[in-house]
Amino acid sequence: MRLIPFMLALSLPAAVLAQTPLRVDINAGLMQPMPIAVPAFAPGNGGNTEAGTTTALGERAAQVIANDLKSSGLFRPIDPAAYTTAVGLDEVVKPDFPAWRTVAAQALVTGTVTANADGGITLACYAYDVFAGSEIARQGFVTTAAGWRRAAHKCADLVYARLTGESGYFDSRIVYVSETGPRTKRIKRLAIMDQDGAGHRFLTSGQNLVLTPRFAPEQQTITYMSFENNRPRVWLYTLGSGRQEAVGQFATMTFAPRFSPDGHNLVFSMSVGGNADIYRFNLATKQTTRLTTGAGIDTSPSYSPDGSQIVFESDRGGSQQIYVMNADGSNQHRISFGEGRSASPAWSPRGDYIAFTRIGAGRFGIGVMRPDGSSERLLTNGYQDESPTWSPNGRVILFARGDRGGRSGLWSVDISGLNERRLATPLDASDPAWSPLLP
Amino acid sequence: MTNLPRFTLIAGLALGLAACAGKQPVALEKPPETAQPVTPVANADPIPVTETAAPVQPAYAPGSQEDLRAQTGSDTVLFGYDSYELDAEAKAVLARHAQWLRQNPAVRVTLEGHTDERGTREYNLALGDRRANSAKNFLATQGIDVARLATISYGKERPAVDGSDEAAWAKNRRAVTVVMGR
Repeated sequence: MRLIPFMLALSLPAAVLAQTPLRVDINAGLMQPMPIAVPAFAPGNGGNTEAGTTTALGERAAQVIANDLKSSGLFRPIDPAAYTTAVGLDEVVKPDFPAWRTVAAQALVTGTVTANADGGITLACYAYDVFAGSEIARQGFVTTAAGWRRAAHKCADLVYARLTGESGYFDSRIVYVSETGPRTKRIKRLAIMDQDGAGHRFLTSGQNLVLTPRFAPEQQTITYMSFENNRPRVWLYTLGSGRQEAVGQFATMTFAPRFSPDGHNLVFSMSVGGNADIYRFNLATKQTTRLTTGAGIDTSPSYSPDGSQIVFESDRGGSQQIYVMNADGSNQHRISFGEGRSASPAWSPRGDYIAFTRIGAGRFGIGVMRPDGSSERLLTNGYQDESPTWSPNGRVILFARGDRGGRSGLWSVDISGLNERRLATPLDASDPAWSPLLP
Repeated sequence: MTNLPRFTLIAGLALGLAACAGKQPVALEKPPETAQPVTPVANADPIPVTETAAPVQPAYAPGSQEDLRAQTGSDTVLFGYDSYELDAEAKAVLARHAQWLRQNPAVRVTLEGHTDERGTREYNLALGDRRANSAKNFLATQGIDVARLATISYGKERPAVDGSDEAAWAKNRRAVTVVMGR
């Protein structure tokens, strides 16, 4: 989809810099989310589009943005009932700051949706510091009518980035395994949706057991594991065409696949005679390189964002623990020494943390540690919390939570351990993987 | 009432008898042409047999999964938590599987490895594979040609029973000998 951001023409006198810039401290373990007003975006013209009138799209865009910001736990969108008057076109660029102060809004997001002659739309996004009475950010997005949601997510990302100093993560998607049926005959299907649950669709029919999908960096391809023909192997799924193909020609089970950050390689485990080791598979040359040897189970490999290292789990020391090695398999060393077992590591896209699953005392929790194994913190505790995956900005961890009844769903938690929340899915869900930010 | 319920009952009894028969079940020299209404034995419930004893199909075909179960007592061996070691009981069951495979030389089997739910997904795939290979290797030591023995791991994806307690977990940590064809 075409989505062109552009700088909006300056329509305000150069904003006076506030004495203390409005800022959300993302590391403080936020107690008080910032009150923010996101009134319906004004129709830039009376146009109509395939996706609805500009008035309707303006209302829905504001809802998407407010929902994104709220989901981060860092913002508290003010109930639109508190300000009944619609924001007119002129107020978008010249807000009535005193009025916004009366509803205790610290920040304000306004904008417009305009229908273009080619059937597309332009969404203009403005953010203000209400108390300073100054502009914080402004950006326009030209897209197809159907792309209005992505433009709204981009606007939310802009606001989040300017107010937190971190990059956003709202214009992104989640691929996961949708589950239904009794535990003994569970039907599993690959499914994909926007980060906020919108645009949900199933990718596979449920005929074959499928597990552990993960995005390629370019996000048009997903690697996963399928039991098609009772041959459990690593597969590739192409999103545009729906094409599915087995990776390589292996005589035995391949599983736990992940892409390298450059997208040229996969890493996965192959089990030979009951011994699982990690291999790298070059997608262009089809060459396979063995990275680990030895008798233990080596699995769940995950690249560092610069591609130089791989974190994985191994029970070579007697129980599942986290290890790091160079991308060529050299310098394998254990980094987890906490209580219980540590498994299914995922390297943050920022590079600063490794998320993992902790198993101990009959419970599963999600934790994080530094790549050298220090600063270990447990963030969640459940009957079966597993399969952590990172938001594109490395601030939020999405994971699967299973209960004793065999039900499971997707949950997220902030890296601070706060804002644990469930992400709604049509059916039960497991094995989530968060995409990078969409281009 | 059709013949079906009665047929099922007879098959169930035949299975039970084989299971009770003792440690070394004797293989049938020749499959029965028809399922004989079994002569009631002392401690068995009488079987309702109608006078219109139409020819009933065999309870199971020789070399079938049902045959394996009936002749060896079980198609499944169990494992301890996070273990892929075969205990004495598992070895005894697999020894009977080996004997059955010798008596059915055309049959190929797949050893399916499974785990309980208390492990991460990917690790459990590997653990299930270890269990399948433990069973396969034991059959190989009993003289079964490995060309007849395939393995597959389902990890924690296909529990035998629903449940999240020790009784369920114990039944789900298993390797199953599955007849693939001949």
